[in-house]
Amino acid sequence: MNWMEYVNAFWVGGAICAVCQVFIDKTKLTPARILVSLVVLGVILQGVGVYQPVVDYAGAGATVPLLGFGYSLAKGVAKAVGESGLLGVFTGGVTGAAGGIAAAIVFGCLFALIAKPKSKS
Amino acid sequence: MIERTGQRTLKFGKKPVLLSHAAAVGKKEGDGPLGAQFDYVTEDDRMGEKSWELAESRLQKTAIEMALKKGALQKNDLDFILAGDLLNQCIGSFLASVDSNVPYLGQYGACSTMAQGLALGACLVEGGAARRLVASASSHFCSAERQYRFPLAYGGQRTPTAQWTATAAGAAVLGCKGSGSLRVTHALFGKMVELGVKDANNMGAAMAPAAYDTLKTLLDDLDAAPRDFDCIVTGDLGHVGADILLTLFRQDGIDLSPVYSDCGSLLFGDEQDAHAGGSGCGCSAAVLCGPLLRDMQSGKIKRLVFAGTGAMMSPTSVQQGQPIAGICHAVVIERSEA
Amino acid sequence: MRMKLDKQQYQQLLEQKSPNSPLWKDCLKAFLFGGAICTVGEGVSNFWQSRGMDTADAAAATAITMVFLGALLTCLHLYDKLAKHAGAGTIVPITGFANAIVSPAMEFKSEGLVLGLGAKLFAIAGPVLVYGISASVIYGLVLLFMGGGGAA
Repeated sequence: MNWMEYVNAFWVGGAICAVCQVFIDKTKLTPARILVSLVVLGVILQGVGVYQPVVDYAGAGATVPLLGFGYSLAKGVAKAVGESGLLGVFTGGVTGAAGGIAAAIVFGCLFALIAKPKSKS
Repeated sequence: MIERTGQRTLKFGKKPVLLSHAAAVGKKEGDGPLGAQFDYVTEDDRMGEKSWELAESRLQKTAIEMALKKGALQKNDLDFILAGDLLNQCIGSFLASVDSNVPYLGQYGACSTMAQGLALGACLVEGGAARRLVASASSHFCSAERQYRFPLAYGGQRTPTAQWTATAAGAAVLGCKGSGSLRVTHALFGKMVELGVKDANNMGAAMAPAAYDTLKTLLDDLDAAPRDFDCIVTGDLGHVGADILLTLFRQDGIDLSPVYSDCGSLLFGDEQDAHAGGSGCGCSAAVLCGPLLRDMQSGKIKRLVFAGTGAMMSPTSVQQGQPIAGICHAVVIERSEA
Repeated sequence: MRMKLDKQQYQQLLEQKSPNSPLWKDCLKAFLFGGAICTVGEGVSNFWQSRGMDTADAAAATAITMVFLGALLTCLHLYDKLAKHAGAGTIVPITGFANAIVSPAMEFKSEGLVLGLGAKLFAIAGPVLVYGISASVIYGLVLLFMGGGGAA
């Protein structure tokens, strides 16, 4: 086991979150807008070829933050366009992120059925 | 008879009597510094109901029923119910009174609803339209969160200026005659004041100018100084709004601070993580109908200005970029030495 | 009576009187919590790779696992407690995406399984898919017109 990969995942992932915190505290950007920006930014960064090296370096530190969601979308599209052209433009992104999306829907339904909202103190 | 004095203050000749009052609150509010002075504290914020909206209506119903009971009154003694809350179409209030068989007038003044109901109720009683009526308001943290902000389990962070919607309800019964020593002497309906605040997480700031406008007009109309009252209380500017209000008065050379407090600042302790303090229709309603009126009955407070403040906004108006207007209605309550 | 302040003067007073969020403390906590979640993700990813998955499959499996964990913590009412301190540290990782999906579904279950749970499931996280997928399609078109594509 290489412990450096954990250190890299920790500091890169933490740094992405810390930067987003600055935007939340200092600007009018609501969390929902930050998330949307991150995903779109992830697509763009991967598109211009910047994000892959970050993923290679930090592993989950780059793929677990929502930037990584954009990264999967972009990666999926690139692969599908190469394989099936115009059709891939439409199928690639969702295919790339299919696991996360389906899991979110299924676990979302499942846990929502089990759990009950609770008051806060 | 109602007489207008000064610019806008209404003076009641017969002075409607506050026959009885009661406050019901949630667990967090019960754990706060005022906890012991509420008539009812629930252990379960769901009140055994299947939705938060029903829980809120149950809380309001509890407050109304306790107020009636304390005054040895029945529902059919009432000529009107004036009630309001924060939920869309005031569902908390109508669900609370749907089986009351009493004429019902829904009120919406955001967090100023209690003051609005009391002032309007005093006019109805004074004018002979009602012999007895109840004014009530409620809010519930959980029903307000899901309508105005986020689901309860959503992991958001509250800003330091955000206020905590109180799970609380208050009810006060007004009558044209009775043995009570507390009487409503004046009322002032406020104007909406909007100074460009758009941050829904800083409602104290949106409401403070309206509170200033109403209180300044009231003091001018009555030719009074803050010291002429034992207590001037706003509901619920919170810490930020209260600070701004005091500053606005200080700029006029008036020191409000010796007699001033705010329902939102009073309701929660510093350690309760309520940020800028409590808010919601129920906050000022419960603080008035619990601790404040109790203090008046015991003689600790003899002359009170209750100035309910509300933020005129909805999630729709905020998302469409409209600024938040403030409003403030004031009621003067006096204890007559019998 | 006219208000003695105009909107600009009032904004200035507001700035003075409204406390700001404690930026450094918030950032440090976001860094630590966010970093910790990513480190867990790295562990999960290594676990799936040790079970014989290649990097791409392990990445997908990690996303699914992290979404599961986020949903579980939300359902146990723990995620919002963490998030109160962690801020962006719990919003930005994919566990936060799961939280944004489970929490409204739970909350609006009282309005029915279809129009409540079903419709509100994406009330907060929906825009992420809308703009994420749209961005990916635009990127795909760009690739197509540049005559490219291929396994990036």
